[in-house]
Amino acid sequence: MNKQSNTYTIIYIIVLVVVVGAGLAFTALSLKPLQTANADADKMKQILASVHIAPDKADIITDFNKYITDRFIINDKGERVDGNAFNVNTANESKLPLDARKMPVYECTLAQGDVKYILPVYGAGLWGPIWGYVAVDSDGSTIYGAYFAHQGETPGLGAEIEKPAFSDQFNGLHLFKGGEFHPVNVLKAGQAPLHGEDAVDAISGGTITSKGVASMIDNCLTGYKAFLESLSSKQN
Amino acid sequence: MASNNKNLSTLLNPLSKDNPVIVQILGICSCLAVTAKLEPAFVMGISVIAVLAFSNVIISLLRNTIPTNIRIIVQLVVVAGLVVIVNQLLMAYQYDVSKQLSVFIGLIVTNCILMGRLEAFAMGNKPWPSFLDGIGNGIGYAIILVIVAFFRELLGSGTLWGFQIVPDSFYAHGYVNNGLMILPPMALIVVACIIWVHRSYNKDLQE
Repeated sequence: MNKQSNTYTIIYIIVLVVVVGAGLAFTALSLKPLQTANADADKMKQILASVHIAPDKADIITDFNKYITDRFIINDKGERVDGNAFNVNTANESKLPLDARKMPVYECTLAQGDVKYILPVYGAGLWGPIWGYVAVDSDGSTIYGAYFAHQGETPGLGAEIEKPAFSDQFNGLHLFKGGEFHPVNVLKAGQAPLHGEDAVDAISGGTITSKGVASMIDNCLTGYKAFLESLSSKQN
Repeated sequence: MASNNKNLSTLLNPLSKDNPVIVQILGICSCLAVTAKLEPAFVMGISVIAVLAFSNVIISLLRNTIPTNIRIIVQLVVVAGLVVIVNQLLMAYQYDVSKQLSVFIGLIVTNCILMGRLEAFAMGNKPWPSFLDGIGNGIGYAIILVIVAFFRELLGSGTLWGFQIVPDSFYAHGYVNNGLMILPPMALIVVACIIWVHRSYNKDLQE
């Protein structure tokens, strides 16, 4: 048989690709449940990190169900809409116009009975996506905690946003200033906030990532404005 | 006996005298990317060993049937298939590490060591020596990765495998982690230092 003929070459490559393709499809399908479980557990861990809870690997799901007492989806008017909050893809939603967004809210009841609302945020850093979760007190304005993560920001520079040294700066800051909604900004030390909003220190050498965090917070939390206002009016 | 010696040198040569990274200067790109911490460097090393060994065996088994004009494509299909499988396995069993390594597992496909070994060795040798050659070169690559990551994590973050090594009292006296060690250029400098030490011990490698 002539191994250099076109027929042989074509048949050879077709057989090879079919065999490899079948092998890959089989692995992908058989590992899918494990991978989804891992991704879900990882998401739960990130959500809990925003309220300063760091469970062990084995306790993630139990702790999540214990602390997250309610979850729902709202629109930009603060009204609840149907759907499973956990499955909402914030990456896609954050790119839609405000009135078309479906925004998930996780209601977290801490051990002392305090209720916090965890809001997911999603945006772009320098090299890839950045995302996070911001936990707000039941007054709708005070930030209880924040958690940020990134896909591939520069280690030592932009990647510092995932360290507590950065995210802990948000604790205790306010989203409403003098009755106006002004999300927390990320600014160079010494720079004055434009609208008198609260601000945290940006990361030296991570300018674009820091700006990404600021615009991510602005873009995503603006959608929750009506919801947060309704929380603060409920309090008064 | 002669063939045993040959197999042994196939396995051991890539560890030092014929090391893919510090002698052949292949696979440098991933060496810069994944060596900021010890753990991802170790997992990357293991992944490359696995992919290299199995792709070498598969190509060696197929070597007499592969049409010469599409041999690179066939090698690429085999390597890419194995890399996707390794990536899927990591996502299922080592999720945190796979998140850290992100795209770099996928980029094993473009690692020059793989194509180099497949083209230079597996296409012309039997499966068993090819397997040893894959393991040897994989380990040769992994060793360098781990050494580089050791220095970069220790000096850049003051930790090893995530555990703090530099005591708090050092920091209290003004010791500061060297942030430059975490950036990719320092990986090149560390590799260069390893090459320097290695060549000064192996005079026959000096040009």
